[in-house]
Amino acid sequence: MIQLTVNGVQDALDIDPSTPLLYALRNDLQLHGAKFGCGLGQCGACTVIVGDRAVFSCLLPVSAIGNRTVRTIESLGTIEHPGALQKAFIEHQAAQCGYCIAGMVMRAQALLDRNAHPTEAQLREHMEPNLCRCGTHIRILAAIRQVAGLVDGGTDTAASGARSGTGVSQ
Amino acid sequence: MNAKDDDLAKGRRRFMMSGALVVSFSLLPGVKTLAQEVIADEGAAVHVAKGLDALAGSLKTNPFLDAWIKITPSGQVTVFTGKVELGTGVRTALLQVAAEELNMAPSLITFITADTGLSPDEGLTAGSHTLADSGSALLNAAAQVRGLLVDAAAKRLGVDSASLHVKDAKITAPDGRVVTYGDAVQSVDLHRNATPTSPLKDPQTFQVIGTSMPRLDIPGKLTGGASYVQDMHLPNMVHARVVLPPSYDATLLDANEAEVMKMPGVVKIVRDGNLLAVVATGEWQAVLAQRALSAGSRWSPGRALPDPNTVHQELKVLATQHIEIANKQAPAAPAVKTLSATYIKRYLMHGSIGPSCSVAQFDNDALTVWTHSQGVYPLRDGLAEMLSMPKEKIRCIHTEGSGCYGHNGADDVAAHAALIAVALPGRAVRVQWMRDQEHTWDHFTPAMITEVAASLDEQGQIVDWKYALWSSSHNERIVNAGRLMPATLLAKPFISAPSEPMVQPEGGGDRNAIPLYSLPNVYVMNNFSPTMPLHTSALRSLGAHTNVFAIESFMDELAFAAHMDPVEFRLKHLQDPRAQDVIRLAAKQFGWPRPPRRPDRGVGFAFAKYKNLMAYVALAVEISVERETGRVRLESAEVAVDTGQIVNPDGIRNQIEGGILQSSSWTLYEELKYDTTQIRSFDWSSYPILRFSAVPTSVRVHLIDRPGTPFLGTAEASMGPTAGALANALFDATGKRLRQMPLGGDSLRQQIEA
Repeated sequence: MIQLTVNGVQDALDIDPSTPLLYALRNDLQLHGAKFGCGLGQCGACTVIVGDRAVFSCLLPVSAIGNRTVRTIESLGTIEHPGALQKAFIEHQAAQCGYCIAGMVMRAQALLDRNAHPTEAQLREHMEPNLCRCGTHIRILAAIRQVAGLVDGGTDTAASGARSGTGVSQ
Repeated sequence: MNAKDDDLAKGRRRFMMSGALVVSFSLLPGVKTLAQEVIADEGAAVHVAKGLDALAGSLKTNPFLDAWIKITPSGQVTVFTGKVELGTGVRTALLQVAAEELNMAPSLITFITADTGLSPDEGLTAGSHTLADSGSALLNAAAQVRGLLVDAAAKRLGVDSASLHVKDAKITAPDGRVVTYGDAVQSVDLHRNATPTSPLKDPQTFQVIGTSMPRLDIPGKLTGGASYVQDMHLPNMVHARVVLPPSYDATLLDANEAEVMKMPGVVKIVRDGNLLAVVATGEWQAVLAQRALSAGSRWSPGRALPDPNTVHQELKVLATQHIEIANKQAPAAPAVKTLSATYIKRYLMHGSIGPSCSVAQFDNDALTVWTHSQGVYPLRDGLAEMLSMPKEKIRCIHTEGSGCYGHNGADDVAAHAALIAVALPGRAVRVQWMRDQEHTWDHFTPAMITEVAASLDEQGQIVDWKYALWSSSHNERIVNAGRLMPATLLAKPFISAPSEPMVQPEGGGDRNAIPLYSLPNVYVMNNFSPTMPLHTSALRSLGAHTNVFAIESFMDELAFAAHMDPVEFRLKHLQDPRAQDVIRLAAKQFGWPRPPRRPDRGVGFAFAKYKNLMAYVALAVEISVERETGRVRLESAEVAVDTGQIVNPDGIRNQIEGGILQSSSWTLYEELKYDTTQIRSFDWSSYPILRFSAVPTSVRVHLIDRPGTPFLGTAEASMGPTAGALANALFDATGKRLRQMPLGGDSLRQQIEA
């Protein structure tokens, strides 16, 4: 039996101890947020928080988790009551296909848990492991900055992507 | 009627007639009046019945109003589209269009996307066609349905239709009496053909169209909702994984089936010719079994791949079809200067973050397939042929997947799911490819080479332009079972339909190969290769990425040779006022021409009208170059976009921003690695793409709205201009003309040091 504490709930799972956490979350606990992207720790679609760290759940066997708690995007809030990052991502419409988004949010959450007000450089460096193919990065950064209280766009002209630009009616 | 009103009226007529689906050639050239019209797009040709070609968008192919809008006597309104959500936000935009003309709050409408059991057949969701095809159809169908219901209510109430007020499915008379849509529909038969004209609302009164309505799908995706086919769990579902050949045309010699069957959870191994798959009760069990089966299978060597160093020269030999797509001659001033250049693009991949996935279930001789395919109807037809099943026994239901950006493994994995489900009747089968499979079995976008020569007169005006391109197919869509990769692996294999070039005006490899600029003498040749050394098909914008890269780079070279500002030079060669407007707006927002700046920074400008039919995009970019490594970063961009009538401004911005970032990644960083034996880009370390450290500080998108004019496709429109602007900025920063993509990295460093 594998004992896991996920989003504050303790579960005993009768699964192969080599099973990566991702498969336990998705199939045994029906938590769909974390996604299979590469199985190699190269894209971050599977990112969840274990202990106080963002981890690639596709690589971490359930037997290696020990007493550490596991947090997934489902713990941050619901559609009715979204958490701060979820709310900011929705406000910035920071998703296109959205397959990478739960991983993005959890990686950002791990940073903000440790450092509520990171610099722009710290933010980018921290997000570097996670891939987005749709090119939604500018909005993702803008949404995280909103929660971190960072000025948009770092050092250059203020622009937040989602709110940027003008409209002209002709 | 003043001039503005007249323009508006013309615009609205265009809207009603709006091409969207472009009727581009007749079946029998020269006998147009006898022939059915044929619509050219990706995928199979579509035939339009006589008399329907005047209808808007996809009403041409699905003319019945109740194919789009169904209303029950209790007043429940359901709207259908044959298009799908690929992550671009079109589900929300299409609902906005329908809600606007139905005069209903979007939240009151049930909205259904492509499902062969329910929706109209709109072929593929591709080519930035969705708003033009389905949006135009819904706009007109909704207006016609509203008109019919109001007329029915007027009759019932004994008043004039014009006196009635319609809001949220309630039709109210001046005296307060109400007839609901549910009441009114009981005396209206919506199973009738649409008409060429519609009682469209005045665009100035739009309340839903033109607003940045938040996307319907985003809250669920942010809170762990089951949003994707990857997230499906059906009762009694099993998990399958496939083993794919290590190279094209390799033959399976031997597999350790007996050994793998003994592994925990394994319920079945499916082997048919070169098709090999394993099914287990648990997903991780399936992955472990797949690894064991893969390690324990032996294959013959497959066919050799071309040498990546010579593939562009070989392409010139393989391109046996020579299609002249422009040949215009007119008197012009004498040429005083002639320039020429060659541009190269290498194979690229789609690079979906989530490997392709499908769920299928075979019960009582009927097959249901949940798929993130871009075309559920073409897929259903291909599956029916592959399985020798009647089409009506197969239902393909679109369920979102990871973004595909074109023809990735979506259809192929659905074929896998179907084949395995048929071998396991009564069980739902979920199949997901592994990362290396998504990478190496992608339908890559083809390598291309283009050559251009043009001359300037004494005034710096272009007097002649010659352009040629060489490419294999950008369109290997599912037109028969043989286009489904798993069907080609079977013991009785299906053969892919022959590769055909796509035709102008949309084009395939030759998309945007004809410059929009006003040139007295133009000659453009599309050299098409019907054979392909690598599996290829459609990637967002097809050949337009390369052709616009080449044309816009070369326009910059010509401007430099003419000692003119590149923005002024473009404006001097453009007559289309909407093209001029986006160019002027982007230049103004950027502050073009930019004053002197830091070393190793560069600015560049580019423009294109997508397919010469769709959205206008102009942008100015600033880049930085790290001379020691050749590392290039897009720092910022100012973009101007005209997409006709804007449905959802934020949705357009999101697509343009994403397109610019994705195209930057293609243009600066990406290149498929392969050698003569195998595809060698099998993960993200062997196929690096843009990461956060290279994300620009700002991309600002400025929109020009054209109320009442046709919706112009947007999602693919920024790919080409981005590539051109980056190349021009690199020249500005380094003095070098970079003509081979990817532009950044070691090749740039070598050129700088040369």
